Amino acid sequence: MNIDWAALGSVFGVSLVATVALVGLFTLGVVGLAKRESGPAALTRAGAYACFALCAAAVAYGIWLIVA
Amino acid sequence: MEHLTLLLAIVIVTALVFDFTNGFHDTANAMATTISTGALRPRTAVAMSAVLNLVGAFLSVEVARTISGGLINENGIRTEVIFAALVGAILWNLLTWLVGLPSSSSHALFGGLIGATLMSVGTSGVNGGVVVTKVLIPALAAPVVAGLAALLATRLTYRIGRRTDDGATAKGYRAGQIASAGLVSLAHGTNDAQKTMGVITLALVTGGVLAPGSNPPLWVIVSAGTAIALGTYLGGWRIIRTMGTGLTDLRPQQGFAAQTSAATVILASSHLGFSLSTTQSCSGAVMGAGLGREGGAVRWSTATRMFIAWGLTLPAAGLIAACAEFLTGQGGWGVPVVAALLLACSGAIWLASRRRPVDHTNVTDMDEAGFPGAEPAGVLADGLTAGTAQDLSTTIPSPPGSSGETARTAAV
Repeated sequence: MNIDWAALGSVFGVSLVATVALVGLFTLGVVGLAKRESGPAALTRAGAYACFALCAAAVAYGIWLIVA
Repeated sequence: MEHLTLLLAIVIVTALVFDFTNGFHDTANAMATTISTGALRPRTAVAMSAVLNLVGAFLSVEVARTISGGLINENGIRTEVIFAALVGAILWNLLTWLVGLPSSSSHALFGGLIGATLMSVGTSGVNGGVVVTKVLIPALAAPVVAGLAALLATRLTYRIGRRTDDGATAKGYRAGQIASAGLVSLAHGTNDAQKTMGVITLALVTGGVLAPGSNPPLWVIVSAGTAIALGTYLGGWRIIRTMGTGLTDLRPQQGFAAQTSAATVILASSHLGFSLSTTQSCSGAVMGAGLGREGGAVRWSTATRMFIAWGLTLPAAGLIAACAEFLTGQGGWGVPVVAALLLACSGAIWLASRRRPVDHTNVTDMDEAGFPGAEPAGVLADGLTAGTAQDLSTTIPSPPGSSGETARTAAV
């Protein structure tokens, strides 16, 4: 019996970082779209869409992982 | 397909029934939080999950050639062993569904295989070390990993969004939740439908219909995908209720964090070579998200019952499978008798469930999902201990020879 601690550790690390990063990005996007009144509107919007684009890329990567 | 014996036909049908209960049982993983936060309406959610499960079944190019991942020695396995394993897994899935507890369908199948193999060839057929590395450690690690990720993500999302009002962001979180729930469904279809295809293929190989090492025929892929999608669509509403509203109260932000954490953990674990159970990841994520919100709380009584069910899954499914294997070993009449018993027990469980039906209309009903001490919480508590035993012993009309298995089933 040998437990692959390295694999378990990397699952732990990757899951933690990826989840927090994704949720953080998405929240930034959602919040950016929600408050348009503060700051330059176009910039905030662009930033928000950039966040969503990154999240969409992550989802696409996820689908690719499932299919491959 | 020219010499499909009765035994093979029974095994294939049983495998499809297992696939059905699998979809049925695991809808909650993908959709419970989506439903409870109102991101999707119950019917829409299960329909979407069903379609993605079906798509997932066809997507994967990697065929499940091994059904147990080395847990048992599959060389020279008898078809009856597979059948007995499926019976154990199905009954445990139905029992946990009756009491509304999420438990791993894969663990039930593993447990069934181990139990049936132990009864059939003894300890030499089971690889004890693999049981620890493939079942025990992942079962302990999954909720911790997913829970911690969801907890931190929930903290973060509340922190970033603390100066915006909930109404303006709700739509965004809804979209995010639907996307991550979709990923979980797709991953489920590719993994779990494959498992049944593997079982049916192995049965066909052991029955001499297919050459060893061949791919599953198209009809196997189609029927397995359809069975899991159908099960998903009918929805295990009892489990959805427990996961969506029974463990903790979820707001859209938390639902999104939980679902994303679950999707990430499932994908990361299956691609970094340390598979974690979907059910346990999802439940862990829900609890983590519950703890992450200020003032949020996890109903530990429900969580404890869930943990107990996880711990019991493998031995209980194994025990039922061992009894079934014992019966099938008694002679040619064994398999039909076990099949009849399976039907009788499933029917009894279904009847018991009709006493307090849960469906798409009351799945998010907070009064029914209940706080500890409210009536349904008590029902759940009883369900795992005395209630199940009573239900079963009173509703099964004890056909000849069934009393032994019924008692053992109820004793778990």
